Amino acid sequence: MSSSTHISSLKSYLNVFWTLMALTLLTVVVAFFDLGPFNIIVAVSIASVKAYVVILYFMHVKYSNHIIWLTVAAGFIWFVLMLGLTIADYATREWIPYPEAW
Amino acid sequence: MNDTSPPKRTHYLNAQHTVGSWLFTLDHKRIGLLYLATILLFFLLGGIAAMLFRVELMTPDPTYMESETYNRLFTMHGITMIFFFLIPSIPAVLGNFLLPLMLGTKDLAFPRLNLASWYVFTFGGLLGLGSIIFGGVDTGWTFYTPYSSTYANSNVILAALGIFIAGFGSIMTGINFIVTIHKMRAPGLTWFRLPLFIWAHYATSIIIVLGTPVIAITILLVAIERLFQIGIFDPALGGDPVLFQHLFWFYSHPAVYIMILPGMGVISEIIACFSRKRIFGYKVVALSSLAIAILGFFVWGHHMFVSSQSMYAGMIFSILSFLVAIPSAIKVFNWTATLYGGAIKLDTPMLYALGFIGLFTVGGLTGLFLASMAINVHVHDTYFVVAHFHYVMVGGMVMAFFGGLHFWWPKMTGRHFSELFGRIGAVTIFIGFNLTFFPQFIVGYLGMPRRYHVYPEEFQFLQVMSTGGSAVLALGYLVMAGYLLHSLVLGKKASSNPWRAVGLEWTTPSPPPTENFTTEPYVDYEAYDYTREEVYRDDADEVKGA
Repeated sequence: MSSSTHISSLKSYLNVFWTLMALTLLTVVVAFFDLGPFNIIVAVSIASVKAYVVILYFMHVKYSNHIIWLTVAAGFIWFVLMLGLTIADYATREWIPYPEAW
Repeated sequence: MNDTSPPKRTHYLNAQHTVGSWLFTLDHKRIGLLYLATILLFFLLGGIAAMLFRVELMTPDPTYMESETYNRLFTMHGITMIFFFLIPSIPAVLGNFLLPLMLGTKDLAFPRLNLASWYVFTFGGLLGLGSIIFGGVDTGWTFYTPYSSTYANSNVILAALGIFIAGFGSIMTGINFIVTIHKMRAPGLTWFRLPLFIWAHYATSIIIVLGTPVIAITILLVAIERLFQIGIFDPALGGDPVLFQHLFWFYSHPAVYIMILPGMGVISEIIACFSRKRIFGYKVVALSSLAIAILGFFVWGHHMFVSSQSMYAGMIFSILSFLVAIPSAIKVFNWTATLYGGAIKLDTPMLYALGFIGLFTVGGLTGLFLASMAINVHVHDTYFVVAHFHYVMVGGMVMAFFGGLHFWWPKMTGRHFSELFGRIGAVTIFIGFNLTFFPQFIVGYLGMPRRYHVYPEEFQFLQVMSTGGSAVLALGYLVMAGYLLHSLVLGKKASSNPWRAVGLEWTTPSPPPTENFTTEPYVDYEAYDYTREEVYRDDADEVKGA
């Protein structure tokens, strides 16, 4: 179904809204616990779920045709590639230790 | 007395005459011409800046200007040429003009968005111009941090804002092209019957839409750091300057392909027409455009081999950079194979196309030198790099732009230019270009860094040769400007298909009517089918026949 013909119900918008609020609350609560290296992983995972929900429902992608899905997927994949190759730099910088004199 | 002169034909140029009819036009052809006038102004500005610093570089010591002025001039040259001339040149001018004509449709999918894109681009350009008028920028076109975000005492924010806004114009054009190519092809015009110009613009539009938002975000982050002292790129504030380079080159390396891919599309059209042959390996050449668009996104780290980027990431980027050479080489080999056995005519557009193939090959192969980590360390930030990217950008892209402009000039203006002066101009530009930039390979390999105007005396001979070449190059451009402007008024009137080329744009009169086609075209032939004479007939033939 194309996004121009689909009209979401108020209830569905409210459900999404409350989901986003709950996830925001969860982010705040988690911030009070020191999870070590998982601090960032948990925070980014919650944020990703929120972005996913916004894209699917608020941006009507769930009700759009395949070309819109493809466009959104391309944006996401490119974003992941950008992060991935950038992290390939940051994560491997220390593999060879810098000489003492530096 | 019988009046035998034909009735005056109405076309897109004479349909309306007021200034408002140009400024508020929704006709893609007129918008293409608005872009042409705008970008040529920026080309002139960037060229003047280049001539000024080339004169300074004739002597090893500071002669006419201080280093401050020199820095501002080369930055002005880089910013205007890249962001306000090269990136919009072929897509916004030739792409806008030709895409609907080649697809057999009345206009682009979103004519209002198209006009908006010109206003947005022009506004961005004016801000860039403002940054020059109010004192200029001294960071180089790359805006590397922390210099640009913290130390540069110039109009960084204004210039960056101009680029940021102009980028939205690019995105609008890209979206318009993608939708038009998907949705508005003439009946019978299947994907693999599309001209390679269209394939190249499709690939370019994908890069524009996926890449441009990243440079916009990066520029915003620089502005935020500079204005609010929030640490993103400045180590003193907890940021990382190398992160800027990652984000900047994630857009700016694919931007090289935004510049060159449409040029490759133009070259395919010209080579096929002036060899009277279908492009060898049509499908592979079409798909290689997409391969360049995709692979081009994964090579940005080769700009950063000496930036403290991890050598392991460097190795990945090096391998990926070698890979992107494959689709580029496919194009060059297939154009050469098309020429083989063709009925070659060396008219002006073909001279530019042949120039493109040779110069782009030199630029591309020296790119492989730079993708090798060890050689890159030796020649990094030297004139070798300057020569390399000018062989791609000027030797490739600018040659393609002017080749395309000459090829479609009769279609756009309804007039012929002087073929003799056209050839003189093309040869002068080719000679001037090589005289300017080939010495820079040598001076760079010998170790002269870019962006310095004081240098050891041993480099003076090559620098003087380079400046002399730039004067020849400028002369070539002036000759071209002269005969093209002359042709607008006194040029011989052009028929619908003066080059006897295959393509829907040649089936409509020159200049085309506002609605492009009087009847909806139907395509029942393959692209570049030079075996069927009825496909490339000219209305002048019909007059003769009658």
